[in-house]
Amino acid sequence: MAAAAGDAPSGAQARGPGNHGEPNHGLRIFLIWLVVAVVADVLIWVVWGPHLPPGDMATASGGQQFDIKVMAALAAPVMAFVLIYFGYALVVWRQREGDEEDGPALHGNTRIQATWITVTSVIVLFLFAFGTYELTTAQGAGAGEGPSPIWKPNGAKPLQVQVIGQQWRFTYRYPQFGGFETTQLMLPKDQWVEFHVTSLDVIHSFWAYQLGVKADANPGTDNVAFTKPTQLGQVTVRCAELCGLWHGAMFDYGHVLSPAAFASWANSTRAQLASVTKILPPYATTYDPTVIPNINKAMAKAGIAGANGYYYPPQDPAQP
Amino acid sequence: MSLPVRVATLVAAFIAVVAGGAFLVIHYLLGGPPVEDFTATSAGQVNVTMQEAPQTSVTSKPDWVSYFIKSPTTQQWVHTTLFKVPAGTRVNVTILGYDGCTPLRNPFWSKVTGTVGNVAYVNGKPQSVINSWSGCNVGHTFSIPGIGLNVPMATPPLTANLCGSSPCTAGPRTVVKFSFTTPKVAGDYFWQCRVPCGGGFLDGFGGPMQTIGYMTGNMEVVS
Repeated sequence: MAAAAGDAPSGAQARGPGNHGEPNHGLRIFLIWLVVAVVADVLIWVVWGPHLPPGDMATASGGQQFDIKVMAALAAPVMAFVLIYFGYALVVWRQREGDEEDGPALHGNTRIQATWITVTSVIVLFLFAFGTYELTTAQGAGAGEGPSPIWKPNGAKPLQVQVIGQQWRFTYRYPQFGGFETTQLMLPKDQWVEFHVTSLDVIHSFWAYQLGVKADANPGTDNVAFTKPTQLGQVTVRCAELCGLWHGAMFDYGHVLSPAAFASWANSTRAQLASVTKILPPYATTYDPTVIPNINKAMAKAGIAGANGYYYPPQDPAQP
Repeated sequence: MSLPVRVATLVAAFIAVVAGGAFLVIHYLLGGPPVEDFTATSAGQVNVTMQEAPQTSVTSKPDWVSYFIKSPTTQQWVHTTLFKVPAGTRVNVTILGYDGCTPLRNPFWSKVTGTVGNVAYVNGKPQSVINSWSGCNVGHTFSIPGIGLNVPMATPPLTANLCGSSPCTAGPRTVVKFSFTTPKVAGDYFWQCRVPCGGGFLDGFGGPMQTIGYMTGNMEVVS
């Protein structure tokens, strides 16, 4: 297309292809584009990049930030070319005062078309390959990948945290600390965390923004996500799936602590919640009321049980 | 049709459309349960009395369970779950539990949290954990997630004949009392029941569980 610009009419003075008095528009556009693209990419990578969401507080979020930087660095030259060509055409090839002459007929240019198709195809295919690869590495491990995640941290012993979505609160269970459950999300710095995300009512989505973790919480499903916090600080947790009346209020704040502070918190919380921990069902990666004897016994006593742990039989009084 | 008739018809139609729109806005968007005002303190405290009833015979959803609030001015039971309290103030809550038991889906909410002393008084006895799975003795909860408040509501005995019309004024019941301090900052704090008590809806999570005025509501803290 850049070469076509050199062939394009430029008002009364343009004389069509082969006009030796005409400047080389293609070269001009290319040089302008080259300077703008280089400057834009440097600015994106060095200045804007470190501030791109979701930050780099953890491995997963840092990976996502890197991915966005790559995409922005690729997109900027493409966008710059489109805008520069547009602007150049407006300035250089605008109709001059008193110019009533028709422009020359346009003809296709196989070389330009082939170049355009090749370049855009290469970019798209690269992004496809890059994105697919990133999903299979630690970079993509913050997204819930089901019960059998593609990537796992090698050799590390992650801290397991079960995330239980329920209207309208997330609770967190720590199976390596006696299985206590709490409304507080506390994590140690520089240790891999293995989230097991599930729900005990409707579909929720656990979105720990600064950690780069976003995993659907589906009832009966163990959705595993990994991340390693690399900075101390506060983490915003939101539900990212419309889950009922108070969905908008379903958020809380987690904290990344030093390993010593985390150990202290975990041990004191374990002791503090012992009275309720002992009545929790044994830790399991999903919540299934049909296999919890105590809940079935309680429902049988109340005479309200449906079948196998479900709260209400289908005829009580009408299913929506 | 004469011109005056046509104009009159047009004006009448216009007024009808505007009136219909206004009715829809007022009735469906701005309408809702009344807000009970507990901002008048006594000795720096407020007292809120509520009940949970096994049905709502005063509404078009008679088979839905519901909370009621006793009006601080008329002392009458009002079908609402919206109330207003002052900021930074101790609120003494009394909830009369007329409904029967339904086990908590997550027994974590058996623990009393966010109250003064992290206890609730069930028929006068302090309790910090009320296990709904051990004997089916929890009917609902009163939970305000924004301030970490959670109180399971104990129920009358399993064999009791529950009150048959609401608001309940007689019949077997439990009396659950607790106190908490409102935040110093004004704002809205939703509250909810954590027992899936929406009978007739999938796993009990619909109907009254999702409807303001029944098993969920709002506490407005004013400064």
